Amino acid sequence: MVPLSYYLVLSGILFACGVTGFLIKRNIITIFMSIELMLNGVNLSFVAFAAQWHALSGQVFVFFVMVVAAAESAVGLAIIIAVYRTRGTLNVDQVDLLKL
Amino acid sequence: MLHLIVFSVFGLVCVAGAINLLVQRHPINSALSLVVVMGSLAVEYLLLGAEFVAAVQVIVYAGAIMVLFVFVIMLLNAGVEDRTKGSRVAMLFGIPGVLIGSVLVAWVLLQHSGTGSVAVGALPGPPKVIGWLLFHDFLLPFEVTSVLVLIAIMGAVVLASHPAEMQQSAQPDEREG
Amino acid sequence: MTAVAYTVWLERKVVGHIQNRWGPTRVGPFGLLQPLADGIKFIFKEDLLPPHVFKPLFIAAPMIALIFALTSISVIPIGNWVTVFGIHTPLEITDVNIGLLIVLGVTSLGVYGVALAGWSSNSKYSLLGGLRASAQMVSYEISLGLSLVGVLILAGSFSLRDIVDAQGGTFWGFIPRWNIFQGQIVAFFIYLMAAYAETNRVPFDLPEAETELVAGYHTEYSAMKFAMFFMAEYANMITVACLATLLFLGGWHGPHRFGPPFVQAILPIFWFVLKVFAFLFLYIWVRGTLPRFRYDQLMAFGWKFLLPLAIANLVITALIVALRA
Repeated sequence: MVPLSYYLVLSGILFACGVTGFLIKRNIITIFMSIELMLNGVNLSFVAFAAQWHALSGQVFVFFVMVVAAAESAVGLAIIIAVYRTRGTLNVDQVDLLKL
Repeated sequence: MLHLIVFSVFGLVCVAGAINLLVQRHPINSALSLVVVMGSLAVEYLLLGAEFVAAVQVIVYAGAIMVLFVFVIMLLNAGVEDRTKGSRVAMLFGIPGVLIGSVLVAWVLLQHSGTGSVAVGALPGPPKVIGWLLFHDFLLPFEVTSVLVLIAIMGAVVLASHPAEMQQSAQPDEREG
Repeated sequence: MTAVAYTVWLERKVVGHIQNRWGPTRVGPFGLLQPLADGIKFIFKEDLLPPHVFKPLFIAAPMIALIFALTSISVIPIGNWVTVFGIHTPLEITDVNIGLLIVLGVTSLGVYGVALAGWSSNSKYSLLGGLRASAQMVSYEISLGLSLVGVLILAGSFSLRDIVDAQGGTFWGFIPRWNIFQGQIVAFFIYLMAAYAETNRVPFDLPEAETELVAGYHTEYSAMKFAMFFMAEYANMITVACLATLLFLGGWHGPHRFGPPFVQAILPIFWFVLKVFAFLFLYIWVRGTLPRFRYDQLMAFGWKFLLPLAIANLVITALIVALRA
């Protein structure tokens, strides 16, 4: 019997790590991975609450979050490849001009 | 008791993986630690009884999305990242801020959340029941996400194709017009 | 693991005979001790660690490949319930509700072993070979999964034991009620093709072909690490064969039980092993006979032919089951 707040704290820590990574990292792929980390933290929250309130719709929603994450990472990675081809760098600090 | 031990072990693995993602300088190490995080999250889902969600997490998230990330890192030959001025400022103010914020939130959650305990396998989520829910109560979101995935596929194919092909296909139209 | 070693022996003999030559014959009778000799050779070979590789991943990649290959065998049941000394045990390591999903998940994770091996070797042949191999494996995973859904609809459960139990009995007394005869012949064909591509075997073995790309993703590996990749490949083959037997060929069901009770308890295992052996033989037969696909033909086959076929199979099966009920 683990208190639910433990699961929520774990989810919060994962989300906080994701936000930190999003803000301090300069490589665009690592920034993307921090977004995935945030989504995973939220998924854990969903499943934990679903277990507490005995509502399976929590687990179904996790399913949708995963599908959206998959679609978003596919398009995002394609954009990253396109950016790399035109700008030649993966550092977000150097991609700051509209003109090439 | 065993529940608490397994939860703590895999919770620690999750947190260690997340911190490793932040600390590592080469993106491939970050990607692999993210895979570890996802794997241990799948175990946490199993502890809560969500077996189908855990399996889908491993198959889709750790087995397909992260493979995509690893591909892109290998293709683009992303090297070790360098420190820039912006990130120094963010690190100096941000990391203590995030630490204080999370400690505060964790303390509030642990003391005052007003939620009870969950047992092992508290809400079993067999594929049959989840499938029923997906096709009956959540049919509209299901169909909408399938359209979303279709759009994502088309977008990714268009974005990742070589620019030269696009120009070649544009030229005959110009000549005819 | 012993099965893996002897599968290698089986393959070398069969391919040898197909190519009109004897396979290994010198070591032991019929060359049966050849795997042992190969194993000893691998242990004694110099374990090179080239200086330009990315060490942690270089050492970890073959272990990852082998660990995942061996893990998927743990959910595979090989026989019916057996009562040994009064203890009623099922013949598998664990019986999980979602056994089939676990096998699929572990197969998806096996891609990492190949991709990381190609990347960490820091050489262009390995990188290209690794990328090609992992792209191929990921593409055919989809058709593999979809072909299995037809079986799932017929059986109604993800547990491997339930799927086999749904195939007991016979039609009209002598045609067994295997899934392959219950209308999943197309699914079996798709599964066969996808399995050949997943395990990187001919005709889809471009990533590790000896005449292309030096040796693909395991160019830089020697001795024990190379042996681990080798073992992982054969272990994958055996897993896929076991899965095909369970899902399409009826698992451990055979014709009438005969013999004393002791033999009757062991008989299902015998049928299971026989069917797995037949499937492996098919694998090796195809390897000795067919030429290999070019990479773009391979990808076109997977995406433009197998995937629509798998979806069509799924839709038709679902329609038939819905109309029958």
